[in-house]
Amino acid sequence: MAMDEIVGGSSEVSCDVLVIGGGTAGPMAALKAKLKNPKANVVLLEKANVKRSGAISMGMDGLNNAVIPGYATPEQYTKEITIANDGIVDQKAVYKYAQNCYGIIEELDSFGIRFLKNENGDYAVKKVHHIGTYVLPMPNGETVKKALYRQLRRARILISNRYMATRLLTSGDGRVAGAISINTRTAEMLVIKAKAVILCMGAAGRLGLPTSGYMFGTYENAANSGDGYAMAYHAGAALANLECFQINPLIKDYNGPACAYVAGPFGAFTANNEGNRFIECDYWSGQMMLEFYNELLSGKGPVFLQLKHLHDKTIEEIESTLHKVERPTRGRFQEGRGTNYRTESIEMHISEIGFCSGHSASGVFVDDFARTTVPGLYAAGDMASVPHNYMLGAFTNGSVAGTDAMEFADNHDFADFDAADVAKEYDRVMAPTRREDGIPPNQIEYKARRLVNDYLQPPKVTRKFELGQRRLAEVRQDMEQQMIARNAHELLRALETQSILDCADMAAHASLYREESRWGLYHLRTDFPDKDNENWFCHTLLSKKDGRMTSEKRAVQPYVVPVADDEKDLYDKQRIRASA
Amino acid sequence: MPLASYQTSVPVVVDDVKCIADKGCTVCVDVCPLDVLRISDMTGKAYMAYDECWYCMPCEADCPTGAVTVNIPYLLK
Repeated sequence: MAMDEIVGGSSEVSCDVLVIGGGTAGPMAALKAKLKNPKANVVLLEKANVKRSGAISMGMDGLNNAVIPGYATPEQYTKEITIANDGIVDQKAVYKYAQNCYGIIEELDSFGIRFLKNENGDYAVKKVHHIGTYVLPMPNGETVKKALYRQLRRARILISNRYMATRLLTSGDGRVAGAISINTRTAEMLVIKAKAVILCMGAAGRLGLPTSGYMFGTYENAANSGDGYAMAYHAGAALANLECFQINPLIKDYNGPACAYVAGPFGAFTANNEGNRFIECDYWSGQMMLEFYNELLSGKGPVFLQLKHLHDKTIEEIESTLHKVERPTRGRFQEGRGTNYRTESIEMHISEIGFCSGHSASGVFVDDFARTTVPGLYAAGDMASVPHNYMLGAFTNGSVAGTDAMEFADNHDFADFDAADVAKEYDRVMAPTRREDGIPPNQIEYKARRLVNDYLQPPKVTRKFELGQRRLAEVRQDMEQQMIARNAHELLRALETQSILDCADMAAHASLYREESRWGLYHLRTDFPDKDNENWFCHTLLSKKDGRMTSEKRAVQPYVVPVADDEKDLYDKQRIRASA
Repeated sequence: MPLASYQTSVPVVVDDVKCIADKGCTVCVDVCPLDVLRISDMTGKAYMAYDECWYCMPCEADCPTGAVTVNIPYLLK
């Protein structure tokens, strides 16, 4: 039988802990769950292949948020992340991350992943952030996925590749009972009963449309279509601060990082068309992105990453990193354009919008044990709400989630679910395969994402958002009534399109709810241009209640690390001021 | 609604002489995060079946015979 032919049908398996998503947080969560109870069954479900899936498919150039004794303290890091997020942070989870991440670095080191050390054998940590020093290069960063995979095999984790999870199963009292998934090459359904489920499904990276028009030329791994956000939403979990969009400074058209975190510590900097610096610091924050955006629109754009003033040997070292890991085709792109870093600066632009707590703060709401608001359901990595957590945060919070989820599974039996829910989901999933005639998913997806760009991109205008919601509702109707899938691969795209549209609706709803501007460009509302601490110094939680999308406020939990009044606005001072 | 297909140049190129998919190798098809590669029924060689590439490179990096090249998609190169 040919690959992609629709087979259909359904089967059921069960496990103690189900981890969905085998990118960064997922493998670590699965490992830690198994370590906590080696007798238990841990299943790692992955839409692609664990060997090469997720944001670190080709490895990573370094750790962007390493809290290493002697260079930074957990208190200092927690304070910096709090300030960078305009204060809207439940510090407990950030502080816990900051305390635990050094142990995870040592563990990764024991897996064979190396971190840069100086001649004394100390970690060679670099400064990129506004205040502290947290960036640690990884000389063999291209080996990360292979090293993780070895650990998974050794621990006998059950890996199921090419299964896309579509919905969570819950019991009558709201506890998680498992998940429903679909084979992306045969359209066979697999129902997985589980005592606890950990979502590690990455960012919603296929939300905005890259300006090149190439649908898969996204900043995030294009497989990260926001399925985790959509699944958590439909299971009744709360999602935090979705209006705090992810927008990043990237190589124009190529749409990957340039990358200032790598080149900055060597002396590279972001410059305008006059070759001048205009931002104090290259760390990605909403406030920095706002200055970047303002410069692009001013007569001083385009914006560039400038390296040409550096020594040839230095540039060689930067190239050897940038063209080897994370997005290695960067080198091929620059070569095709004839851009030599020695003579020419790299033209930069801003990315499409997305949800990603890895760089901003938009994610499924979790506490300091990675627990969502649904009992037995956990989330970690780019899709969970711990802000600015990058790769090391995914590993560290994945570890927290794995341990706690296994403890939950050890103390609970399987929750019951209604068999009718499975039948209903089978019909929903297979609907596009049963239509003789209709619109293919790529057109529905393109239109939804084009509308996201036209109406939801900051600066956010209320009138535009309302129009956008109307247009998106029309696309939803088309999707639900006319979308077709002629093979299993197209069905995968059709299901992703549904996640994308759910995320677009959530992005619009959350943005309209917060009636102020915050986080620089991420939530810049022209109708409410000021930060309003009196009414909006809070999280917003979006969830599905009685079948409807609702938002509510949630108080920021008392700080663990106090922030002085004169420190609170340090990230608001990103623009370089003219010398007095 | 009637459908039409349109031509698109794809970024992943496979050298049929080096490709050993006809000997049972499926490495590039296995590792692709977007699942866009397939083995051709006609030639027995790997090829890019769906124009949904993130130009990320596992297919090229993991190919045991160096048969795969990832180019930058035309729209953004």
